[in-house]
Amino acid sequence: MDIFLKGLQEAFVLIFSLDPALLEIINHTLQVTLWALLFASVLGVPLGAMLGLLSFRGKRFITTLIHTAMGLPPVFVGLVVYLLLSKRGVLGDLDWLFTRQGIVVAQTIIGLPIVMGLTMNSIQQVNHHYKTELLALGVNPFQLVLTMIQEAQTGIFVAIASGFGRIIAEVGAVMLVGGNIEGKTRVLTTAIVLETRQGRFDLALALGIILLGIAFCLHLLISGIQGRVATTLQ
Amino acid sequence: MSDLYHLQNVTHRYRERTILTLPSLTIQQGETFALIGASGAGKSTLLRLLAMLETPSQGTVKIQLGGAWYDGHHLPLEQRRKIGIVFQTPIMLTRSVLENLAYGLKVRGEKIVKARLMGMLEQLQLAHVATAPAYTLSGGEQKRLALGRVMILETEVILLDEPTANLDPTNIALIEGMLQKQQRTIIIITHNFFQARRLADRVGFIHNGELLEVGQADPFFNQPQHPLTRSFLSGEMLF
Repeated sequence: MDIFLKGLQEAFVLIFSLDPALLEIINHTLQVTLWALLFASVLGVPLGAMLGLLSFRGKRFITTLIHTAMGLPPVFVGLVVYLLLSKRGVLGDLDWLFTRQGIVVAQTIIGLPIVMGLTMNSIQQVNHHYKTELLALGVNPFQLVLTMIQEAQTGIFVAIASGFGRIIAEVGAVMLVGGNIEGKTRVLTTAIVLETRQGRFDLALALGIILLGIAFCLHLLISGIQGRVATTLQ
Repeated sequence: MSDLYHLQNVTHRYRERTILTLPSLTIQQGETFALIGASGAGKSTLLRLLAMLETPSQGTVKIQLGGAWYDGHHLPLEQRRKIGIVFQTPIMLTRSVLENLAYGLKVRGEKIVKARLMGMLEQLQLAHVATAPAYTLSGGEQKRLALGRVMILETEVILLDEPTANLDPTNIALIEGMLQKQQRTIIIITHNFFQARRLADRVGFIHNGELLEVGQADPFFNQPQHPLTRSFLSGEMLF
């Protein structure tokens, strides 16, 4: 129990002392998480909505692929991105290995199927009930898609929040692709692993508590945006 | 009166099962046509064909709009918007009552005049819940709102699928009163032949996917020709 109290105490000290190393880690964590979430959402929401609305041959196979990808092992994603970004890889010229850009690529790949799959499911549920009613009310195809997305917005925000949860908690792929380089690619999750390996459990716990705090604040922000969007739509 | 619908040699199948067979039917502009029959007889399928939301597996369903005849395959959006349909279980958008009422106008790019919306809500006796979320309304109120959502569009035809099913007499009287004031074509599905008698100019009886008899309301109810129509109207259980 002592270790947890010590961790909590350490977390407060770190936050209130505005430790520059910690602030840098938090800054890098926020940067890579938010960029990856942005890319996963910008790609995942429209693609998921499209899949939810359209009926076509092979849809069941694609749906199964997406559901499988929702449980992609992060270490495997990290390995694939590592190989792609390495000097001999097809994206080697970008020189993104052991950079934050590389981490964003890996995290986007991890978050994308979650945002896409959950968006698809929520649109499908709305589609089942609303499509005929909306067509009968005289919508054009664009109005149909827009209204479906508006009606499924709660599910879509859940999809984005779930993607965010997966991205910010990611460690395996970040470690492989980013390399946990101090001042460059170290983020909260990889810092926790490092401190744990060095036996500094109180510091590792403190970083974990800070990570949870950031996740909580960002979820609050997401649900705030959702509330505002819902009000605007009404 | 000129013709609004022409149906010829219509057969509709669902997964190899024939659910509707209809050699011929004409519906005129401005009339109120009631389709009666037991549950599962094919009434709702016919209504969806008339709404051009589906096209028949065989045969033709044509509608005359703006002086031209169209079938479901070649119905432009601006003509489709002249057909209104109220489903048996209407879906409310997760918005206010007022927003639901205005939705059809909004998608048509029409100017939203609040006084007009409130006038409709007054008629529907829903003005007191104008700003409430539509999903909080009772079943009867939702049905009234769904009817208003279509009526306000001033479509050439209104198709109604059991608009008063499971409603109390007050709601039924309100909805029927509004329908009786309409000057446009109304096609109503009901399993309540008393309602058909109150509202319709002409009536069709549909059984097991076949339109067995069509006629003017008075002779239809007083001297039905088909034995199954007579059985249905005398309250016999038909399977």
